[in-house]
Amino acid sequence: MTRPIARRVIILGAQSAIAEAAARRFAAEGSRFVLVGRDLARLNEIAADLRVRGAAACEVEALDLVEARDPRGRMRAWVDTLGGISLVLIAFGVLGDQEEAERDLHALDRLLAVNFNAPAVWAATAAEIMMAQGGGTVMAIGSVAGDRGRQSNYAYGAAKAGIGVFMQGLAHRLAPSGARAVLVKPGFVDTPMTAGFAKGGPLWASPDQIGAAIWRAADKGGPIVYAPWFWRFIMLIIRAVPAFVIHRSKL
Amino acid sequence: MSASFSNKEPFSSWGRIDRRLYPVARPRFAADLAKAIAAPDRPASVLPVGLGRSYGDSCLNAEGGLIVMTGLNRLIEIDEQGMVMRAQAGLSLGEALRVLTPKGLFLPVLPGSQFVTLGGAVANDVHGKNHLKNGTFGRWVRRIGLQRSHGPALSLAPDDPSGLFAATMGGFGLTGAISWVEIGLAPIGSAFLDAEDIPFSSLDEYFQLMAESETFEQRVAWIDCTRPGRGVFTRANVRHDGNFQIGPARPALSAPLDGASFLFNGVTLRAFNFAYAAAHRASVRPVHYSKFYFPLDAVGDWNRLYGARGFRQYQCVVPEGAARDAVHEMLYLIARSGEGSMLAVLKAFGPKPSPGLMSFATEGHTLALDFPNHGERTLRLMARLDEIVLEAGGRIYAGKDGRAPARTFQRMYPRWRELERMRDPAIRSDFWSRVSAT
Ligand SMILES: Cc1cc2nc3c(=O)[nH]c(=O)nc-3n(C[C@H](O)[C@H](O)[C@H](O)COP(=O)(O)OP(=O)(O)OC[C@H]3O[C@@H](n4cnc5c(N)ncnc54)[C@H](O)[C@@H]3O)c2cc1C
Ligand SMILES: NC(=O)c1ccc[n+]([C@@H]2O[C@H](COP(=O)([O-])OP(=O)(O)OC[C@H]3O[C@@H](n4cnc5c(N)ncnc54)[C@H](OP(=O)(O)O)[C@@H]3O)[C@@H](O)[C@H]2O)c1
Repeated sequence: MTRPIARRVIILGAQSAIAEAAARRFAAEGSRFVLVGRDLARLNEIAADLRVRGAAACEVEALDLVEARDPRGRMRAWVDTLGGISLVLIAFGVLGDQEEAERDLHALDRLLAVNFNAPAVWAATAAEIMMAQGGGTVMAIGSVAGDRGRQSNYAYGAAKAGIGVFMQGLAHRLAPSGARAVLVKPGFVDTPMTAGFAKGGPLWASPDQIGAAIWRAADKGGPIVYAPWFWRFIMLIIRAVPAFVIHRSKL
Repeated sequence: MSASFSNKEPFSSWGRIDRRLYPVARPRFAADLAKAIAAPDRPASVLPVGLGRSYGDSCLNAEGGLIVMTGLNRLIEIDEQGMVMRAQAGLSLGEALRVLTPKGLFLPVLPGSQFVTLGGAVANDVHGKNHLKNGTFGRWVRRIGLQRSHGPALSLAPDDPSGLFAATMGGFGLTGAISWVEIGLAPIGSAFLDAEDIPFSSLDEYFQLMAESETFEQRVAWIDCTRPGRGVFTRANVRHDGNFQIGPARPALSAPLDGASFLFNGVTLRAFNFAYAAAHRASVRPVHYSKFYFPLDAVGDWNRLYGARGFRQYQCVVPEGAARDAVHEMLYLIARSGEGSMLAVLKAFGPKPSPGLMSFATEGHTLALDFPNHGERTLRLMARLDEIVLEAGGRIYAGKDGRAPARTFQRMYPRWRELERMRDPAIRSDFWSRVSAT
């Protein structure tokens, strides 16, 4: 299904499997891209594919998105490269190791920085530009892990919860301008991030399923999008489970 | 990262007889592949695999690990004027078609499933229903990238003097991991074909129809195994209506339950075959490429219907001169055995030579049948089919086989030692261990 919308898209963390699946859908519509990630060779592999699939243009930039200086200037430069902006997708993230984050405070600090601080800062710079132009969507990828703190991954979960509230607030602030902020919250997705997990069964989604949700959310819908949709109800229940029950579990 | 073998994952071939956990690497980028195949901590042997659509044990490696290539699924370039596509080897044929079709371009050779990777198509030098016109998939391949466990990434063309291109084409993944494939394309005037179904009631009629349908690119016959000789002959050409609608990315339905094997007992088999023939009596019909080339893909995981014991496929080719008698004998043997083969497909291979050292396709007629796995009984029947095939000077298709003894295989493929010499020492498959035993 091709919509006649060629977008101008910036993807931060473009090497992510989820981001790439989403990018393929935007490419088929003739969109233009700036792809930012850490490894130039990998970004080039992705860019070649997007061009063949229909992307009108595809620039790549190798950058560590946590360490990067002058985010405001960089965001401005990427938007200028594209000649405007329709979508900024913030996809980078690290699942991390909860136990390591408990032992080593630097590890905790880094986990929070990559999953909350940096995405929030980048979202803020995109929002400024979109507010001024009176349109566009800034989207971050959160996680259902941010819906309830659990011993197995609450450091990651807390950062994802934080970016959720940040995007929700940003959506509120942007609303009068016509621009939008969206948080996509996937459940379990079969990507390199979950390489160590036993996969399969109805709760596991493919990157393409999440890519489709991102594609849909680029145009319309509320600020919080569960992907697939049924996670909204699963998390409703998980949030409602009393603490004494959770505390007896290993979740 | 994604390129390590630290995770164990379930994997099986399409026949699902041998299902187990394997240490798996899933490269997503070219550099991951080079790392995985040469990793010092990798299992003693590895095997590059695609979507597991081969039926037997050619995509299994019980003694080592697997490199699942499906994450390397990017297009690299399409030259529309020159009609050439280059893509990473884990791209599925179906996904390639979804990009090519709107450009009026198509893959010149297609097997019966869209869920086959480019690498898998090369490794079995696959064929389609148009072998008489286009030969095998490998004939269209201009260049491949090959990553071996030692040395740099190679780029090989058909005129490669080392012989490594010919060994890799139809080389069962044994020479190294195919990292990308460059293939010539065919122009199309539509995503639809005009297909005509002609019922026939004897094998002689099949041979006659095949011979007199020269103006049709696509030719295939479906045979009713319960009444050998009866069948439906389908022939088709691509339309020219400019409708370039792409096919579905996923199956419309999925198998309702594991092992509805009651579907496969003698009675329902007869009913099925009869209904199947009747449904095909309508004459010329426009049909979308996805339905024409990949009829079985409509139901995802249909292989699960065969239940926990899985199933086997037998596919052979017998040379033109001996084909009539050999096919006749095989069909009667199968009918008498009561082993319940539901799908029998009969096609012709033309004289166009296959480019691989071990390519399956040689001039003649090729018969393919599924058998529910009844253990020894099924194996005995297949051994008798082997005898008929050997007698006729034919061979079996490794991509479908999971049981032929080394002796039989080596008589059918006398050049197997040349492939063994070019095998990457880090690569092993259950299939190759079985058929290269001496
Ligand atoms: C419904 C159905 C219909 C079919 N119809 C036909 C048909 O009409 N004609 C035909 O020829 N075949 C047919 N086949 C068989 C199928 O085309 C082949 O078995 C094909 O090789 C499967 O590709 P795959 O990607 O699933 O590879 P797998 O089954 O995973 O692997 C097959 C072989 O390819 C090797 N391999 C895979 N990827 C690579 C790589 N990147 N580098 C090196 N080696 C690799 C593996 O080691 C193995 O030896 C059919 C299969 C099905 C399920
Ligand atoms: N997979 C799931 O089950 C799941 C569930 C819920 C939410 N999510 C979220 O979805 C998003 C995408 O993840 P994914 O599943 O697609 O996994 P992925 O393929 O591993 O993607 C994560 C990407 O983030 C990049 N990254 C990490 N730190 C970076 C940095 N400092 N600078 C630049 N890039 C950096 C990584 O780049 P490198 O390749 O260079 O390391 C990697 O490409 C993440 O935000 C993740 O938290 C995933």
